[in-house]
Amino acid sequence: MSKSIHKPGFILGDALDIPTFKVLKQDGTLYKGAVEPDWSEDFALKLYDDLVFIRVLDERMIGAQRQGRIPFYLASLGEEAASVGSVAALKPQDMIFAQYREQGALRYRGFDVDQFMNQCFSNEKDLGKGRQMPIHYGSKALNYNTISSPLGTQIPQAAGYAYGQKLDGLDACTICYFGEGAASEGDFHAGLNMAATLHSPTIFLCRNNGYAISTPAAEQFYGDGVASRGIGYGIATMRVDGNDLLAVHAATVAAREHALTENAPVLIEAMSYRLGAHSTSDDPTGYRSKDEEAKWAKKDPILRYKHWLTHKGWWDDEKEKALYARHRENILKALKEAEKRPVPVIDELINDVYDVPTPQLQQQLKQLKAHIRKYPDKYPKTAGRLD
Amino acid sequence: MSQMNLLQAINNALDTAMAADKKVVSFGEDVGHFGGVFRATSHLQERYGRDRCFNTPLTEQGIIGFANGLASQGHKPVAEIQFGDYIFPAFDQIVNETAKFRYRSGNEFNVGGLTIRTPYGGGIRGGHYHSQSPEAYFAHTPGLKIVVPRNPHQAKGLLLASIRDDNPVLFFEPKRLYRASVGEVPDEDYELPLGSAEIVREGQDITLLAWGAQMEVLNEAAQMAEKDGVDCEIIDLRSILPWDVDTVVESVKKTGRLLVSHEAPVTNGFGAEISATVQEQAFLYLEAPVTRVCGMDVPYPLSHEVEYHPDATKVFEAIKATLHY
Repeated sequence: MSKSIHKPGFILGDALDIPTFKVLKQDGTLYKGAVEPDWSEDFALKLYDDLVFIRVLDERMIGAQRQGRIPFYLASLGEEAASVGSVAALKPQDMIFAQYREQGALRYRGFDVDQFMNQCFSNEKDLGKGRQMPIHYGSKALNYNTISSPLGTQIPQAAGYAYGQKLDGLDACTICYFGEGAASEGDFHAGLNMAATLHSPTIFLCRNNGYAISTPAAEQFYGDGVASRGIGYGIATMRVDGNDLLAVHAATVAAREHALTENAPVLIEAMSYRLGAHSTSDDPTGYRSKDEEAKWAKKDPILRYKHWLTHKGWWDDEKEKALYARHRENILKALKEAEKRPVPVIDELINDVYDVPTPQLQQQLKQLKAHIRKYPDKYPKTAGRLD
Repeated sequence: MSQMNLLQAINNALDTAMAADKKVVSFGEDVGHFGGVFRATSHLQERYGRDRCFNTPLTEQGIIGFANGLASQGHKPVAEIQFGDYIFPAFDQIVNETAKFRYRSGNEFNVGGLTIRTPYGGGIRGGHYHSQSPEAYFAHTPGLKIVVPRNPHQAKGLLLASIRDDNPVLFFEPKRLYRASVGEVPDEDYELPLGSAEIVREGQDITLLAWGAQMEVLNEAAQMAEKDGVDCEIIDLRSILPWDVDTVVESVKKTGRLLVSHEAPVTNGFGAEISATVQEQAFLYLEAPVTRVCGMDVPYPLSHEVEYHPDATKVFEAIKATLHY
């Protein structure tokens, strides 16, 4: 029962004033009272390896798109810690539903350099069989549900997936990533409300990076960010510094614990900044200042984490140089190989629409093959490879 | 065998499916303890527990989004949309997500376990939003299967097949027949094939084709035509997507004439697809243009429901016109 009042009295929209959880300062030292994680050197360095891999991959693939070698790319520059830090707090059996800027989580799970490249080049070794645009990754083996472009659609799906894990009695939950722009979609409302009412162990992790393409967060919502809404749905909620890998990790450890012991969802709002363009089809100089970007570049999450590793005595300039060189070399080599691989055979055009192609689809493929045989010069990627 | 109406047959199918496979889960608005606004899910919660039969918040996009996730996890959700008219908030989840889940992931993930049940169709004074027949919107979407039963026996057999099919299925239930259509239904577990039409009555002069509640109208019109000496062949399409082209084309090659009838508006209704396909595949056999007797291109009306409806006299008139072409 709610308390009664006997005169009109609003609770104002900014009444909550949700705090931000922080562990690491930008210089890599800890805030007073913050707790350092009990990590082995190997584990800490594995995370750094993943962060740097993604940064180098993003840089190289933006270049590849500029050269016209792939049609599209979308970097996670400045937000690497939010995905790597959170996924490192989960178990391999936990399912991931991503939006598209969480390549760090996939890398942490073991997606290798060739798999990234095969997907971006839509070649015959792509797990997705060359059907989706670059960065729409997915892997059953790594429990990373395939990404799709429509925003927010994965949010109620994650609630359903986690509900199934609960029904099966598994020690597993689902994490769902999305941006603060996607949180304006109806599916955000639907998904969080479904998860709360149906007691579904889902971790909703919102990357609030300040922009949805050109739209600043101030034009996206008027309340106290995305976190304030979680409380309205009755969901345990935390705001965290998304550029602070240790804070994101600790928040996600707590979220997983809460989700599985309470059979309830959790909302984490990770505050960050999209340092790069929205995608290779976007130019941010049209809607934000260089000064603003420079201010946030100083809060680089990878740099912050590196400072911590250095304080621990686990890292130095020489290792840094070698790591970047190794990733650059591997990525370039994989890129060149992926680029040479052929596209999937034409039969993959009709496979997987259904479990088995319908008679109509088989007929359409037959007609297409006859046409390609007649005009092979018009279809050079598939003409020589018809059965 | 038991006497059941169409609703009881659906309830019996859900009961049968949930008893046979604990992965089958039923949910939607008012589906839980209350048993659904039409009572299609009566007693399922008390038999299988709140975890497997439950109410959701009132959000169609949420219901289907949740169902997509649950199906991709390996369960077999049977999601109910209270009226077909309210399926549109979930259009994005169905068209962009459900239908493309397997294809876009290279079969890494799929939602083949999903079945979406929804009452459809007019004739119950339901006005704009309790009468629509939205099947054609979905028939334009590769990756979905669409099924419509015409009587209790079919409802049980087709619903069981839909739940167990390894593809997402939209199952449209003719609500006008929920209590009006009564018949013998086997008590045991059985399935009827998806993607396969059924020749309900053999004839020589003209092929009449429909699905769901409209089958009753065809039967009535065929009886009227019989008095004039016209021998109609009647086919129930049963599956809208994928549809049984061969059975329909074979029939038209025999009769030389085709009449397609559906409650939905005529323009871009599924009759257009059938008409074009038959024209391509049986061109030399056709002795008259394929004719469509359908709803008008208006929102489903209230006071003029009878006039709107492609009823038996309209079908009868069209049969005569086709035969005298």
